[in-house]
Amino acid sequence: MDLSALASQLLVGLSRAMILFIVSAGLSFVLGVLRVPNVFHGSLYMIGAFVAFTIAAWAGEPALGLALAIAAAPLVVALVGLVVERTLLSHLYQREHLMLILFTFGVMLILNDVVKLVWGADYRSILPPAALQGMASAFGLALPRYNALLLGAGPVVAVAMWLFTHRTRVGTIARAAAVDREMVGVLGIDVSRVFALAFVVGCYLAGLGGALVAPTTSISLGMDHTIIIEAFLIVTIGGLGNIWGALVGSLLFGVTQSVGLLVWPQFAVVFPYLATVIVLLARPTGLLRSVW
Amino acid sequence: MLEVEGLHARYGQSHVLFDVSLRVERGEVVCLLGRNGAGKSTTLKSIIGVVPPAAGRVRFKGEDVTGREPFLLARLGIGYVPDDRRIFADLTVAENLDIAARPAAGGEGWTRERVFGLFPVLREKLGHKGGHLSGGEQKMLALARALVGNPELLLLDEPLEGLAPLLVRALAGQILRLKAAGLTVLLAEQNVGAALGVADRAYVIDDGRIRYHGTVADLKANDEVRRRYLLV
Ligand SMILES: Nc1ncnc2c1ncn2[C@@H]1O[C@H](COP(=O)(O)OP(=O)(O)OP(=O)(O)O)[C@@H](O)[C@H]1O
Ligand SMILES: [Mg+2]
Repeated sequence: MDLSALASQLLVGLSRAMILFIVSAGLSFVLGVLRVPNVFHGSLYMIGAFVAFTIAAWAGEPALGLALAIAAAPLVVALVGLVVERTLLSHLYQREHLMLILFTFGVMLILNDVVKLVWGADYRSILPPAALQGMASAFGLALPRYNALLLGAGPVVAVAMWLFTHRTRVGTIARAAAVDREMVGVLGIDVSRVFALAFVVGCYLAGLGGALVAPTTSISLGMDHTIIIEAFLIVTIGGLGNIWGALVGSLLFGVTQSVGLLVWPQFAVVFPYLATVIVLLARPTGLLRSVW
Repeated sequence: MLEVEGLHARYGQSHVLFDVSLRVERGEVVCLLGRNGAGKSTTLKSIIGVVPPAAGRVRFKGEDVTGREPFLLARLGIGYVPDDRRIFADLTVAENLDIAARPAAGGEGWTRERVFGLFPVLREKLGHKGGHLSGGEQKMLALARALVGNPELLLLDEPLEGLAPLLVRALAGQILRLKAAGLTVLLAEQNVGAALGVADRAYVIDDGRIRYHGTVADLKANDEVRRRYLLV
């Protein structure tokens, strides 16, 4: 096996890790601030992909279609999240985690049926515009162009999340509420509205992940299952509620997956899970500090 | 300004406040004295609503506010400084203050700068994480955080506890300055000497019941009450 093939495969793994990061950053943020393990986070990712498909198909022209899809699909998903949060979830924050898991699991089943009703059980796909097809090469390494774009998306989201949580008042409040929501209320802040916003941000990231992954995969029912399991594992190995932990976890996951494909293709899927087990045996609370 | 009438409070099955009544007039510093476990903290928590009253009434500025959520009470003008400070450890000093800031109803009020006048050490530690401050600095930050919210009534839970004698005197001085600036204060304390030094009137609570109230001068003269309810 030659070195440049390995390096190219690593880059593909990294770009896949960026999708995992965007999705699990959202999951982790919601887990950290609201203390809600959101099982239907994966469904939101799937909806993001389907909505992206619909928008791209409606727009017709591929470049415009993709741009519109990536801009608007996450907003649609965020709106779905807002409705669920305001009507149902906001009344359940005081409940124990098992209740929250069961509730969000129920929402996952419902959203799954909604997707089936709206889009049917067929496979869908989005054709990337010509400019993003084919391979890009730099330093003698080949990488599909669209994956190169994904490589850039991860850092952009990481920086945006940092700016949101450290440079905006509401983001700072969200960090405070993650640790002591009662004290935040005593300061005259309506924590319920901060929670709604934090939840919507988390949902937006799930939708963004779905929209970004759409041109690289077949969009189908069931794509929610894999991602939600992966995202929960990533959040656990990274440290609950820690955005940088989500980044580290995603890189570990994506890279072990792609390297696994090279060294032992039949068992490639096992590698990230193996890495997870090793990390959790060594550090049961995750690699970085958990806010729990 | 604050009227509490027949307040009862419970934690689950255990009933800890019985028929507590007290009032605080605008501009007064009133202290609530009592031993460990007497019910001082619970009284303050019931007023600010984090332990919702099981029975009784709380009136603030003439309005019945019983059972309102803490954030609404804070917006009405009640500030609360818990005994365990509850500084946001991951946030810097500046962030702790910024999220708490709300403009005064009239006039300039308490700005960050004005609060630094009381606690200059906070200015030097603006960029430090709340969790990295010393205990005394955290107490100052907790008080500063309440002040920048520009409350009209301040509920202080044992602000002097655990401080070195020198700091106790300094902080008692600051409380007097707050009073001079027009703030109304309800002060829960075990440190009887220091509390009586700053207060106008005193309530004595024991076993969840108000046992005595009167002016500071009266309480100082009443050895019987001090011996029965305040000596450890
Ligand atoms: N969270 C709680 N759950 C159950 N019981 C509690 C809780 N907090 C306080 N209590 C009980 O309520 C009673 C009153 O407690 P409270 O904290 O109001 O007393 P305090 O006067 O503030 O005492 P201290 O000087 O120790 O702060 C005590 O008997 C205490 O054990
Ligand atoms: Mg107490």
